Amino acid sequence: MAINWFKYSSPASFYFLAGKMIPLFTIAAIILFAVGLYIGFFVAPTDFQQGEAYRIIFIHVPAAWMSMFLYVMMAIWAGIGLAFNTRLSSMMATAIAPTGAMFTFLALWTGALWGKPMWGAWWVWDARLTSELILLFLYIGFMSLQAAIDDPRRADKAGAVIALVGVVNIPIIYFSVKWWNTLHQGASVSITQSPKMATTMLTGMLIMSIACWMYAIAVILMRTRTIILERERHTVWVGELQGVTK
Amino acid sequence: MKPRHKKLAIIASGVTALGLAVALVLNAFESNMVFFFSPSQVAANEAPVGKSFRIGGLVEEGSIRRQSDGVTVKFIVTDTAKVIPVVYTGILPDLFKEGKGVVAQGKLAADGVFRADEVLAKHDENYMPPEAAGALEQARIQKTVMTK
Repeated sequence: MAINWFKYSSPASFYFLAGKMIPLFTIAAIILFAVGLYIGFFVAPTDFQQGEAYRIIFIHVPAAWMSMFLYVMMAIWAGIGLAFNTRLSSMMATAIAPTGAMFTFLALWTGALWGKPMWGAWWVWDARLTSELILLFLYIGFMSLQAAIDDPRRADKAGAVIALVGVVNIPIIYFSVKWWNTLHQGASVSITQSPKMATTMLTGMLIMSIACWMYAIAVILMRTRTIILERERHTVWVGELQGVTK
Repeated sequence: MKPRHKKLAIIASGVTALGLAVALVLNAFESNMVFFFSPSQVAANEAPVGKSFRIGGLVEEGSIRRQSDGVTVKFIVTDTAKVIPVVYTGILPDLFKEGKGVVAQGKLAADGVFRADEVLAKHDENYMPPEAAGALEQARIQKTVMTK
């Protein structure tokens, strides 16, 4: 191995690496959003049941996927931080939370907008919707707990416990439509079955998902950089950084 | 065992224990977590008696009867095994159609008619253009003709 990966677990070297990566992910996100939205609005055909209203799927499903995926990532980083006492992984977890919460809110909000015309209700207390709402509360709980503790290292540890405990909710969200009778329909796209969507619809949805992914990486890296600067402000390298920019 | 490995083991076992506990709780609650009961479950007396609950299934083909007042609708919910007649007064969602999924909330009256105060449409997870849906329907009809 020529590359020493552990070098990037130091906040100082990660700070510069992230700085180089952010523009790449930002550009990728912009391009993919443009392509995905174009397919979603103009290329994908009208649905046989729901007409044009189904098009909200192009943001609803990617947002819901991201909300679950980011929670798992947050819990993994928080868990690594807790187990191995690595500063950067805890900072990553803290940086992921707001974006994860944003996607959870987006999934719930677009779901409500979709539910009213199609189901006849903004909100129902079925297992899928309720468990996704709990996910939002987990994100908010994680963020407020960390904000309530002044010492960042203690805040990391307390947050990690919430994050790890909350992971049990992820399979519940995902399998809720299988385990129980829910108003929410089953998965259209899954690993075990062939997709139950027309190909252009699926393409648009997957491109939008990758776009959301790129966006999430870009903003999470930006946030991590800010957290690094804030927490390492008394170190020599941050001091030198200020000297350089002056 | 290094201290950090010990710590990891403690966290891992903690998460596993918690996961197990949640799985058991969910299993115990399973019967209470259902959003709706199917007509077969109602027939088997699994639905609460005298309380408001939801039934779910398909609207039976040819069963929708609009009453003369214009807002009251009678229809039959089926799970292809058992049926429940439903009466509802109010606005129906756009996707409410014969042969499609429906969830109705209300009470089961003594005469066996389900008096709904809310009707929601339940759609499936298939998305396709109308032409594809038409082709599928055509294939289905042909298949039934051939098997007859």
